Amino acid sequence: MTRLLVRGGLSALALVTGIYLLLPVLVVVPTSFSASSFLKFPPEGLSTRWYQSFVDDPSWMDALSTSARVAVLSSVCSVVLGVLAALGLVRGRFPFRSGVTALVVAPIIVPYVIVGLSVYIAFLRLGLTQTTVGMVLVHTALAVPYVAINVASGLATFDRRLELAAMSLGAGPVATFFRITLPVIAPSVLAGAVFAFITSWDEVVVAIFLSGPDLSTLPVRMWSGVRVQIDPTVAAVSSLSLLATVGVFAGVGAAALARRWVRRHRAPLIVDLQGATS
Amino acid sequence: MSSAVREGAPAGALPVRRESSRQWRRMVRIDGWGALLLPLVAFLLLVFVAPLVMTLAKSVTDPTPGLQNYRDLVANPLYLRVLANTFTTALAVTVVTLLLAFPYAYLMTLAGPRWRAVLLAVVLVPFWTSLLVRSFALVLLLRDSGVFNTALMGAGLVDAPVPLIRNLTGVLFGMVQVTLPFAVLPIYATMRTIDRRLVQAAEGLGARPSSAFWRVFVPLTAPGVAAGSLLVFIQALGFYITPTLLGGPKNMMVGELIVQQVSSVLNFGFAAALATVLLVTTFLLLAVASRFVDLRRYVMGRP
Repeated sequence: MTRLLVRGGLSALALVTGIYLLLPVLVVVPTSFSASSFLKFPPEGLSTRWYQSFVDDPSWMDALSTSARVAVLSSVCSVVLGVLAALGLVRGRFPFRSGVTALVVAPIIVPYVIVGLSVYIAFLRLGLTQTTVGMVLVHTALAVPYVAINVASGLATFDRRLELAAMSLGAGPVATFFRITLPVIAPSVLAGAVFAFITSWDEVVVAIFLSGPDLSTLPVRMWSGVRVQIDPTVAAVSSLSLLATVGVFAGVGAAALARRWVRRHRAPLIVDLQGATS
Repeated sequence: MSSAVREGAPAGALPVRRESSRQWRRMVRIDGWGALLLPLVAFLLLVFVAPLVMTLAKSVTDPTPGLQNYRDLVANPLYLRVLANTFTTALAVTVVTLLLAFPYAYLMTLAGPRWRAVLLAVVLVPFWTSLLVRSFALVLLLRDSGVFNTALMGAGLVDAPVPLIRNLTGVLFGMVQVTLPFAVLPIYATMRTIDRRLVQAAEGLGARPSSAFWRVFVPLTAPGVAAGSLLVFIQALGFYITPTLLGGPKNMMVGELIVQQVSSVLNFGFAAALATVLLVTTFLLLAVASRFVDLRRYVMGRP
């Protein structure tokens, strides 16, 4: 009886916690279709005027394309650097192991305000503030730990006899990596890439420091739309931004399904090998 | 892992006389795989570490060499109040987060696999949705004309809107949402490894279920609770967006002060001094805590 009560109480508390975590996100979407210029929930009359004002305003459109560009470039850079580093961390012999590991995870520990201030001070001298290059460099640094951690944990369970088999059959190290290692660790690379993309896409604090009239990302443009007075367009952009996150997940899900399908239909031998090892 | 696979495997023993140089060489030896780390290490040193060092240096060189920035910080009660407020807010956030996270993680250990997946997915929502979007959404919910107050007044429970933002309540609402997964995950990870037979043994020896829970189970969760609290507290110290949007002028935290010093006063040296204080505090906390808790397990084990 007491146990049942405790479980009921815990479930109720978890329900409240769940609502607390989900509610804000769920409120934004209907609010964004509000017809009034003062956002109300429940909205009085439905309209797409805030979506229209998003599309019509060049400052929003510029921010959107900047964010897309920066997020794609920085996730590509962090995947390349992160995969190489993960191979080194898991398989390599190198000096100062604990120091190197600390360096690789440091960007997720140092508060973003400090990172923002520091790169602003450094980039000001180099003329890299308000540039795509500057933004990509910093976002790569912020995202790369997620790629390295994900790929390293993927590599830790990788059976290296697969590589030895490939090499003994005449494949060079590069071919072995691209045709054996990479396909096997692809899920963790993909997970790292998604993390990297979202890190850059949502990052606002560092971007605030590096943005200005010449260049700003979507979150920074949103920030200036909520800071002093609320621009209802932000609700529309928030909904679209959530949609983009959901889209990335759907894409990843689809890719995983496609991968499973390809495996099942094309390469039964490899499937068996992996099934036996992973 | 066999040494035959390694490209730079040692090629036989060296004479004993050259022991020290051999040790040194072994220490700095790097093989082909290890060299793959070099691009990232070089990149992070240039883009991440060098700017940090420049900032630390700027705190004692700008505008004039010396400790003037730190003297300004200590002499001004306004700045000290911001620092104190940063700590108390971070502490309050940690306490509230733990109060929500502990029962939530406990329920996760009791639930079946499917419900556990749902609970995990819900707590990870903040990981995947923009912090700015969520803070903005909370403004829409909590402001005077927001959903909560409209509902409360509509139901006739209150006559005037209850102030839920521009104060500590708003800040807590916003920040706890962000920090919750950082507490739930390590606590859950620890709880999962606890041998439930210990609790059963206590009950078999005559302890009431409640005292078996509080005196056997709860103490065993200590490593997870400690790791979670620390991760939450450290994170909370550096918040900028959420307290700025949901707090009032009285709730200013050090992050907001740093931005303000740079953007409106252009006082880089002082901003750098504030950043140094925040950074040193963060690292000290980590250093002290890592003596007691294996933090790496929780940071690396983040999904």
